[in-house]
Amino acid sequence: MKYPMRLLHNLASSAATTDAAQSTAVDVHDVTVAYHRKPVLWDVDVQIPSGKLVAIVGPNGAGKSTLLKAMLGLVPLTSGRIDIFGRSLHETRSLVGYVPQRESVDWDFPIDALGVVLMGRYGRLGWLRRVTREDREVARAALASVGMGDFAQRQIGQLSGGQQQRVFLARALAQDASLYLMDEPFAGVDASTEEAILGVLRSMQQAGKTVVAVHHDLQTVGSYFDHVVLLNMRLVASGPVKSTFTETNLQRTYGGRLTVLDEAAEALRRGV
Amino acid sequence: MSDLTRFILLEDYNTRIVALGCMVLGASCGALGTFTLLRGRALVADTLSHASLPGVCVAFLLLGTRELPLLLLGALVFGVLGVLSLAWIRRATPVKEDAALAITLSVFFGLGICLLISVQHDPRGAHAGLEGFIFGKAASMVRADVITSGCTALLVLLVLLGGWRWFSLLCFDRSFGDAIGRRMGAIDLLLMALVCVCTVAALPAVGLVMAVALLTIPPAAARFWTDRLNVMCGLSALFGAIAGYVGAGASAVARDLSTGPVIVLSCALIFGVSMLIAPGRGVLARGLVRLRMRRRMAEQNLLRAIYELDEQRANKPSPGASDLRQEQGVTLDALALKRSWSMAQLDVLITRATRAGNLQDAGTTGVGTRSYRLTSAGRQAAARLVRAHRLWELFLIEQARIAPDHVDRDADAIEHVLPEHVIADLERQLIAEGRLPRELLLDMPASPHAIQRTSNAGVSA
Repeated sequence: MKYPMRLLHNLASSAATTDAAQSTAVDVHDVTVAYHRKPVLWDVDVQIPSGKLVAIVGPNGAGKSTLLKAMLGLVPLTSGRIDIFGRSLHETRSLVGYVPQRESVDWDFPIDALGVVLMGRYGRLGWLRRVTREDREVARAALASVGMGDFAQRQIGQLSGGQQQRVFLARALAQDASLYLMDEPFAGVDASTEEAILGVLRSMQQAGKTVVAVHHDLQTVGSYFDHVVLLNMRLVASGPVKSTFTETNLQRTYGGRLTVLDEAAEALRRGV
Repeated sequence: MSDLTRFILLEDYNTRIVALGCMVLGASCGALGTFTLLRGRALVADTLSHASLPGVCVAFLLLGTRELPLLLLGALVFGVLGVLSLAWIRRATPVKEDAALAITLSVFFGLGICLLISVQHDPRGAHAGLEGFIFGKAASMVRADVITSGCTALLVLLVLLGGWRWFSLLCFDRSFGDAIGRRMGAIDLLLMALVCVCTVAALPAVGLVMAVALLTIPPAAARFWTDRLNVMCGLSALFGAIAGYVGAGASAVARDLSTGPVIVLSCALIFGVSMLIAPGRGVLARGLVRLRMRRRMAEQNLLRAIYELDEQRANKPSPGASDLRQEQGVTLDALALKRSWSMAQLDVLITRATRAGNLQDAGTTGVGTRSYRLTSAGRQAAARLVRAHRLWELFLIEQARIAPDHVDRDADAIEHVLPEHVIADLERQLIAEGRLPRELLLDMPASPHAIQRTSNAGVSA
């Protein structure tokens, strides 16, 4: 799935110029997040390079979604600081796009796919300004780039899981950001959606965007992403996939549970 | 002229004003209620309206006046107090949402009833008509009251229209709103404030016990008719206005009748009708869709069953028979066995398939049972169905590890779900196993005689 060239050109020219100069997209300084005195993230210090496809990987309850939400300012930090492109989130909010988990939304809401994608443009509208024709154009182009161009008028409740995921992705694209934070974008989607999303991510990377995604499937980390962050409440390791995504590091991240995953992986390899 | 006719023709100046006021109130409650419903806040609105009773009494006792704006102010203050108590209980205690609602509602309402009794014993209060606030008494509204309520309602509508985008975002995906830097918390508070004001404004007309109905039932009814938020909101406003009008009418015709119950009953009638007859989401429409789908699947299953029985026979040639077997047709008994249909069901299916041109009579067998065979059109259709079903089967068993007998998907859907190269791969596998329907291997129309199989002759997906 190609990122339409016209959309690319428009978006690249309107993105802030400073982000290109920054080599670090997200700088997490000693961040601790605790809910009711229970720590979810502990002393996490990691630098995420810009222009890369980065996976955040770890067992359930490791704080992966929380780290993402912390980067967006959606959860309060008990301690530490997070910088986006060298500045505070408050200044760089318009540069950050978000694809949340599908479960977070009521899919029976009376709205069509285009309406959802248009919401991605709300950030740049003031409190009272109307949605412009250009906004609609961008929204339609975003839908087309994820292969959902014909579904603009479709009710979101009538879409399959994979299609809903793509609509969310299109909404983030319409945000016209430099950094995209995605929460399990590949979870529970069908084969063609997975291909489509991967295609869009690769185009985004070619356009110089940074993508940070919580990823659930260890099998595909190596082929989909360049960079990986291994998390289990604390940072276990982070770096390029080749050097960081190793047996040792995975053992340290997942503890004894890795053997179960190994067997499952083996079974999948044999079957497919 | 009877009172009713006079009302419908809006002869009376007073009734005109009251009807208009109730319609405006109904419309704004309906419109606002759309967002309350989508936000899941209906019960909070109920608590608010019940909690406002002590406010009305306190205002009267303290200020000794029957001026509506002041009474409504008292109602607003206590209503807000009620909602704040609710929030406090939820935050500071382990009491859950439903219990917190019940506690707040009953305590405030009980307090209000006690105050109301003391008001009625008060010499000033006996004729104040404060009981009208409980069930609504549109008829006792004078022009000034209507203007107060009406203007408040219009204000609510204006704010709703102005902040439409943000309320939609709040109700659909609040965390996304936070992520793009909008203060969703403030918008939520504004929505609740609008609910407070609107509910209180509607109190004289619909009463506090049933105010929540005007906020909830019209949008629920509107949801049956449309999938678009703006249409839903407009319809909800329309339904609310109709209910308001009917309520005002009842009040005009029978002076002692409480307006609230009439408004609620009108809402309920609109809801009932919508639920039944709305196209698409209504009960009848859905039932029809389900029925049609069952019919289609049954017809498809028949064609497939006959095709597979033929195939089985073709694969087990007995001496001397060969091609003539296909002409023989399939008996009812064999069919009934294959898919556990009852004879009655089979009869219906076969009649339908014959009428559709897919099936023809093949005479009776020696034992006296009727038999049928596929026409050439039927054979083509059956071949397509069998192919699609087998592709799905293969996909689900191989890729998703589902047991074969759990495969029961609408056969046509496969092309829309799987990517082309996956279908091509599966087809190759089917051909290798010899299970791809022969008719689809070649581009020529099917022939009743044995077909020479060529290798992979361009099957189109």
